[in-house]
Amino acid sequence: MNAVMNPAFAADDELRELMCAVESGTRATCFRAVKLDRRNFLKLTGLAGGGLVLAFSMGGEAGAAAANAGEFAPNAFLRISRKGAITIYSKGPEIGQGIKTAFPLIIAEELDASWSDVNVLQAPVNPAVYGRQSAGGSRSIPDSWDQLRRAGAVARSMLVTAAASTWKVPASECSTRDSAVWNGKRKLGYGALVAKAAALPVPDAATVRLKERSEYRLLGKSYTGVDNHQVVTGAPLFGIDQTLPGMKIAVFQRCPATGGKVRSANLDEVKKLPGVRDAFVIEGNGKTTEVMPGVAIIADTTWAAFEASKQLKVEWDESTASKDSWSELVKRAVELSRLPTGEKTLVNAGNVEAALKGAAKTVTGFYTYPFVSHAPLEPQNCTAWSHDGILEFWAPTQTADRALETVAGALGVTVDKIKINQTRVGGGFGRRLMNDYVCEAGAIAQRYNAPVKVVWTREQDMSHDFFRAGGFHSLTGGVDAQGKLVAWRNHFITFTHDGKVPSSGADWAANQFPGLNLPDYQLSHSLLPIKTPTGPWRAPRSCSVAWVIQSFLHELSAVAGRDHREFLLEVMGEPRVLEGGLNTGRAADVIKLVTEKAGWGRKLPEGHGMGLAFHFSHAGHFAEVAEVSVDANRKIRLHRMVVAGDIGPIVNMSGANNQCEGGVIDGYSTMLGLEITMENGRIEQSNFHQYPILRIAHQPQVDVHFIQSDNPPTGVGEPALPPVAPAICNAIYAATGHRVRTLPLTKEGFRV
Amino acid sequence: MSALTLRVNGKERSADVDPNTPLLWVLRDSLGLAGTKYGCGMALCGACTVLADGEPVRACSTPAASVAGKNITTIEGLAKSATQLHPLQEAWIEHDVPQCGYCQAGQLMSAAALLARTPRPSDADIDAAMAGNICRCGTYQRIRAAIHSAASRLAGSKA
Repeated sequence: MNAVMNPAFAADDELRELMCAVESGTRATCFRAVKLDRRNFLKLTGLAGGGLVLAFSMGGEAGAAAANAGEFAPNAFLRISRKGAITIYSKGPEIGQGIKTAFPLIIAEELDASWSDVNVLQAPVNPAVYGRQSAGGSRSIPDSWDQLRRAGAVARSMLVTAAASTWKVPASECSTRDSAVWNGKRKLGYGALVAKAAALPVPDAATVRLKERSEYRLLGKSYTGVDNHQVVTGAPLFGIDQTLPGMKIAVFQRCPATGGKVRSANLDEVKKLPGVRDAFVIEGNGKTTEVMPGVAIIADTTWAAFEASKQLKVEWDESTASKDSWSELVKRAVELSRLPTGEKTLVNAGNVEAALKGAAKTVTGFYTYPFVSHAPLEPQNCTAWSHDGILEFWAPTQTADRALETVAGALGVTVDKIKINQTRVGGGFGRRLMNDYVCEAGAIAQRYNAPVKVVWTREQDMSHDFFRAGGFHSLTGGVDAQGKLVAWRNHFITFTHDGKVPSSGADWAANQFPGLNLPDYQLSHSLLPIKTPTGPWRAPRSCSVAWVIQSFLHELSAVAGRDHREFLLEVMGEPRVLEGGLNTGRAADVIKLVTEKAGWGRKLPEGHGMGLAFHFSHAGHFAEVAEVSVDANRKIRLHRMVVAGDIGPIVNMSGANNQCEGGVIDGYSTMLGLEITMENGRIEQSNFHQYPILRIAHQPQVDVHFIQSDNPPTGVGEPALPPVAPAICNAIYAATGHRVRTLPLTKEGFRV
Repeated sequence: MSALTLRVNGKERSADVDPNTPLLWVLRDSLGLAGTKYGCGMALCGACTVLADGEPVRACSTPAASVAGKNITTIEGLAKSATQLHPLQEAWIEHDVPQCGYCQAGQLMSAAALLARTPRPSDADIDAAMAGNICRCGTYQRIRAAIHSAASRLAGSKA
C-alpha cells in the first residue's frame, strides 16, 4: 500500500494532523493559519512559560473592519460608540458549546463593562487578525484566554488614560467598573471617553495589567446565551437557514460505499424533473475530507432537489471502494484477541509477564465498542457563491480558519479568493472539524452561475460521516495479596487506513492512564485495515477508551475485594503531574468530591447500584458517580449522575453546567443504544429509527460540581463525557453482578 | 404546481408549489420562515414541529395541502409580539436551555401544545408530550425545568 498514491489515505493523514492541531497545547500549531498573512499589525510575542501569545499593535487597520466612524475600536475584538454601546466580536464558531457567550465575557471582564451594555457579533473569518478560529479539542478557552483578556485590558487602559487626562489626575487614581472610569465619586462613562481614547496610541498588549481573579465581577456567574432570544424566536441563524437572491438548492449524491466513482448516471432524465435546473457529475479529488466523486442536482427548492435525487440512478465503479464488513472485522478481532500481545508493542514498562505470574489474582476481559456517528441535528450543508472573482461561503463549520486553506487547495484557487462567513452551527461533536461539505459546495458553485446551498439529507449525513472508530481490547490485569494493582496488559485491536498507523481517533496515547501509574505495564496493538472514514468524535479516543480502562479497573478492584473509591485513589498515588498532564492530586480531589456528593457507600434500594469512574482528558479532571436500577428483564434506569470536575476557574457557570449535563446525556445515549455497522462498504443505519438517540423520558438527574482551582482555565465541551459509560457499567455491576464488556448496552440485552 | 393558500401565524400566505410538498419546505423555502427545522424528514426527531389548529404536527411529513384551512403556528408566531414572548420562550432564556439550539424551535412548539391542553403538566405528561423531540446536545433537564417554570408563570398570571 502506498499512502502517497491513494488520496483517501492522504485525507486520513490530514485528519491526524487536524486532531493534533485541535488538541495540541502548543499555540504555534493553533496559529498555523497566521502564516497566511502576517500583516504589520500582528506579531507573535514570546512570553514567560514558553507559550506564545497573540499580540496586536492595534492600529486603525485592525479595528477598521469593526469600527464605524466616531467609535473607539482599539482592536478587532471590540468597539464602543459615543453613546456607550459596546460591541464585542466573538471570533470562534458557536457549535452549542456556548463560546459566543464565553469569549465576550472574558473581554468584558477585563474591560470592566456592564454585561447589559454589551452586544455580541460574530467576527469575520480572518485568522491573520484573530488567530485561532476553530472549535475543537476543548481548546477555545485555554488558547484564547490571554488573547481575549489582553484585548479587553488594552481598551480599559486607554479609557483610563483618556479619563485621567480629562480630570488631570494620575491614571493610578482612577478605577473602572460598570462601563465607566471612576475617580472618587465622579465618573465618566465609556461613551463619553470615546473621542479622546480613540486618539490615543494603542499600548503593547503584552504589557497591560490584567486583573487578579479576586477582582473578577463577571466571570464565574451564570449567563444565558447571547443568541438565546434569537434561537427561541426562530431567527435564521444556522447554515441551513442562509438565503441569497437567486439562490438554488443542490443535493450531492456520493457512492454509498466510500471511494466509489461515477461510471454513468441518468442525468438527462433527472434534468427534466420538476424544479430541476441542472445535474452534473463531479469527479472530485477523491479525498474524503474534500471532494468525493458524485452527482450534483440543482433545483429551485429543497424538496424538488430531494425528490429528484430519489429518481437519480447512478452506476458506480466500486473497484477501489470500501468493502468493509463489521461482522467480519469482529470475527478477525476475536481471533487476534487470543494473542496476549499485538503486532506492535507501544509501551513495555517493567516486566508485565513476571508481574502477572506473581500476582495473587488476575482478571482477563475482552472489551468491544462500536463505530458511532456524530449525527448533529443540523445535517451538513453549506452555501457557496462564485461572484466577482471570489468564492464566498456561508459555512456551519467548526474550523473556519482551516477551511480557508482546505477549500482553496481542494478547488485550485488561492486563499485570497476565498471568503468564509461563519454561521451558527447546529451541533458539531467533531463532525464539522472536517470541511468536506464546504469543499463540495464550492465545487458545485464553480460549475453554476448562481448562489447554491448544498443540503445533505439525514440519510446522507449518517452514511457519509467520519465515524468514531469502534475497537477491541484484550486485557489482563493482576492484583497482589494486599489487593493492590500490580500489572496491566492490553492488546488493543484497532483500525488503519494506511496499513501503518491507527486511523484517526483510533489510536491510544502511550501516556494514557494508568500506564504511568504502575511499574509493570504493557500496551500493544494490532491493526485491521478499513476504508470507512473515521475521525474525531467528542473527546476523541477518550470517549471509547475511558470505558475500557475504568471498567477494567473496577473489575480488578472487585476481584481484590476492595472498595472501588479506595482502589482508584490508591492507583492515583501521591499528588504529582504525570507526562501528558494528568495531575493525580486534582484527580484525587474530584474523586473525593464526587463520592461525597453522591453519598458513596450509602445503603441503596433493592436492585440499585452505584458506579464510579474517573477520566482525564482535554486538560480536564472529571470523576462521576452513576446510580442505576436494573430489573429482572435487564430494564435499566439511570436515576442520577453526579459529576465533579476541575477545569480551573469557570467563565460562565450556566454554560459549563450545560456542557456537563449534555456530556452526560450524550455519553449515556451513545453507550446505551447507538451503533453504526457496515457491510459491503455500506453503512447500515440511515436515520434516527436505526440510530435511537436518547429521549427526554430517560433523562437522568445530573448534578454538577466544580472545583475552581487556581490552575489556568480549560475547556469543558468534552471532558465530562468519557467517565459516563464506565460509571454506568460499574453501577450495573454493583446492582447485578453482571460485567458489561460489549457496547452498546442493548447488545447485552439491556433496555430502557 | 399550483397556488396553495395557507394561514400561517394569523396571515394568509400563498405559495406556488406541488400540493404534496411537505409543509416544512413550503414554510422554509417558499414563505421564508426558516425557524422550523429539517432534521430527519421522517417525523422521527421533531425539529420541524409546528401547530395546526393547536395540535403539534411534524411539518416534514405533512403534505402542505392537508393543512390548508387550518391555523398554522410556527416558532416565528409563538410570541404575541416582538416584545412579548411566550412564557415558554421566556423560561427557555431564563434557564439558558439551548446549546446548539437547532432542535429548540420544535421543542418549544411541542411544549406550547402541551401547556395549552395541560396547564400544570406532571413529569410524566412532559415525557409523553416531548417524546417526539430529540435534543442531540442533551438539554432535556433544562427543557423539563423550563416547562415547569413556564407553567407556574402561566398559573400565576391567571390567578
